[in-house]
Amino acid sequence: MAEAKPVDARVERSNRMVAAVCVAFFAGMVGMAYAAVPLYAMFCQITGYGGTTQRVTQYSDRVLDRTVTVRFDANVAGGVPWDFQPVQRDVTMKIGETTQIAYKATNLFDRPSAGRATFNVTPELAGAYFNKVECFCFTDTTLNAGETIDMPVVFYVDPAIEDVPELKNMKTITLSYTFFPIEPAAPKAAAATGKTGKTADEKIGG
Amino acid sequence: MAGAAAHEDHHDHKPRGWVRWVYSTNHKDIGTLYLIFAICAGIIGGFLSVMMRWELAEPGIQIFTGLAQMVYGFEGDAAIDGGKHMFNVFTTGHALIMIFFMVMPALIGGFANWMVPIMIGAPDMAFPRMNNISFWLLPPAFLLLLLSMFVPGPTGGYGVGGGWTIYPPLSTSGQPGPAMDLAILALHIAGASSILGAINFITTIFNMRAPGMTLHKMPLFAWSVLITAFLLLLSLPVLAGAITMLLTDRNFGTTFFAPDGGGDPILFQHLFWFFGHPEVYILILPGFGIVSHIVSTFSRKPIFGYLGMAYAMVAIGAVGFVVWAHHMYTTGISLDTQRYFVFATMVIAVPTGVKIFSWIATMWGGSISMRTPMLWAIGFIFLFTVGGVTGVQLANAGLDRSLHDTYYVVAHFHYVLSLGAVFAIFAGWYYWFPKMTGYMYSPLIARTHFWVTFIGVNLVFFPQHFLGLAGMPRRYIDYPDAYAGWNMVSSYGSYIAAIGVLIFLFGVFEAFSKKRVAGANPWGEGATTLEWQLSSPPPYHQWEQLPKIK
Repeated sequence: MAEAKPVDARVERSNRMVAAVCVAFFAGMVGMAYAAVPLYAMFCQITGYGGTTQRVTQYSDRVLDRTVTVRFDANVAGGVPWDFQPVQRDVTMKIGETTQIAYKATNLFDRPSAGRATFNVTPELAGAYFNKVECFCFTDTTLNAGETIDMPVVFYVDPAIEDVPELKNMKTITLSYTFFPIEPAAPKAAAATGKTGKTADEKIGG
Repeated sequence: MAGAAAHEDHHDHKPRGWVRWVYSTNHKDIGTLYLIFAICAGIIGGFLSVMMRWELAEPGIQIFTGLAQMVYGFEGDAAIDGGKHMFNVFTTGHALIMIFFMVMPALIGGFANWMVPIMIGAPDMAFPRMNNISFWLLPPAFLLLLLSMFVPGPTGGYGVGGGWTIYPPLSTSGQPGPAMDLAILALHIAGASSILGAINFITTIFNMRAPGMTLHKMPLFAWSVLITAFLLLLSLPVLAGAITMLLTDRNFGTTFFAPDGGGDPILFQHLFWFFGHPEVYILILPGFGIVSHIVSTFSRKPIFGYLGMAYAMVAIGAVGFVVWAHHMYTTGISLDTQRYFVFATMVIAVPTGVKIFSWIATMWGGSISMRTPMLWAIGFIFLFTVGGVTGVQLANAGLDRSLHDTYYVVAHFHYVLSLGAVFAIFAGWYYWFPKMTGYMYSPLIARTHFWVTFIGVNLVFFPQHFLGLAGMPRRYIDYPDAYAGWNMVSSYGSYIAAIGVLIFLFGVFEAFSKKRVAGANPWGEGATTLEWQLSSPPPYHQWEQLPKIK
């Protein structure tokens, strides 16, 4: 065995040193991969990347003459048995002007169900300038069986949007919500695995 | 002299039988194992691709319905749907096998294991037993991937059909069966193998060089492996993290990539391509190193611009980490972000150009002998350049809008990988085959292998440029009649390339049966690196007397 390793103790020590640094690098990169998750979320919130809207507590202090039309879009993901729609399809307002609109949701199910809304705007660059003062998406929503509620959104478009060259000719912003179920019954893959297995078995059998 | 021979005999005792291979700590034996493994995996991956080309030879669905009936026992309409999914499984399997189980084991595990310690004057790798585990992790990983093709994936289908990029949500809620979990675990294990190998190479190259072998005197192949090892060390953990998140999203209810829990599927693409882009340089850089040696050997000149060549590879590796979003132009990134990634991507053409022109400058005025390795190396330079040119085109975000996910992209990456990396592997194979085995291959068979492969793969992939420009999307089992002509050509090309593989295997068989003795240095004065100072095959333990570095 000694012949298989013709390296002296000094080289051996140094080898272990290099390997240890490499392992540290490896651990660091795995850590970075996981750190990317919160960093990416922070990055989206700060820059409005991907149409992430901004949450503010103050109204705008200036209002421009330029107007913009904001359209409203509503979606529900599978597993949310709701009828979810905007009360009005669109609203035209001045940039900087604070506006309140509402969405309406009805639980079509005979049991209470809860959802959480994700949101974004297009064009995506406008996300950083779309400021929400109040929104149902800030909290989770629970509806009793058959219950209908109005859900307000208070927002304004930041006048700083004037300075973005890509958005100079923008006339319309679309605000989109998608409700996702809270507390899915089981992890998706595991829950559906049984089903797939069965289907495949049936196919073999049939 | 007699004393030296006896001394060598004393140290040349090797374990007998299976123990020699399974318990091996010898870098040359492990390298041989890697090469055999890569050939086996390459045959399986190549088989998958020929089946796909067979299917795509004509519009309509020809063979996969029957294949799904045969393999999975589907009947009726289920067989049609199952067959369509099976095609996707084949594309996915082909990609993963060729990347992780053919090119990487051949170049890094095989040639680098064999030649790097010899070239730098080291007796073996720094951690011989870790080298053993690096190899033996691969077969189980490969088996897991193969197994995944036979267990349920999505509803009504078997295997992973999400492409090698395994984007969520198709890879989470889209394919709920255990196939995806098996594929993820296969990637985990193959990744662990590569990481251990990378650590071993970095340590070996930093610490085990013979006296006088400074970094700036080190052969370019060793340089290329050092840089590749660093790329592996920095990029693979990110893939490992991303697919672990995928695994927990699928099985343990986390929501890293699920919007309902506040996650973002696009984040996976960022993580995946942060690994995926350096990965393509991992596949090609060792090939650069091999081609440099061959061009220099058969031009009988030292490589032109040695330091420039070495640092061009460093530059390619470094810039390769900051261009990943050019795979994601259509995901809605802002114009400024696109502008940056277009620019950064095109910058890579500069060091790559330095390498291409240095190879040509090495040949310029050289005493060129067109022996088989040189044929493959020149084939590599030509075809890699074609792939590089289409790469520069695809780097343009504006052009990419129309070419994204078309056969143009397929043609591009096969020109740099299937025709680039694979040609480099064969170049290395014929260059080092006499050294590794002690036998000379038959030049006639080797040249036939080259020309059949060259014609075959060009027939496969050149028409795919036209198909892509005409808008044919990739990863579909069927296409409109308008694309029929060039698809037929492409399919015939793949049959020719498959015949090339058979010629290759026959050539190996022929060389071992004829046992023509190659001698220590069959290439003459142009072959200056240290491996040619040893006998062919080299002694079981080399450099017990340290080599002299000029």
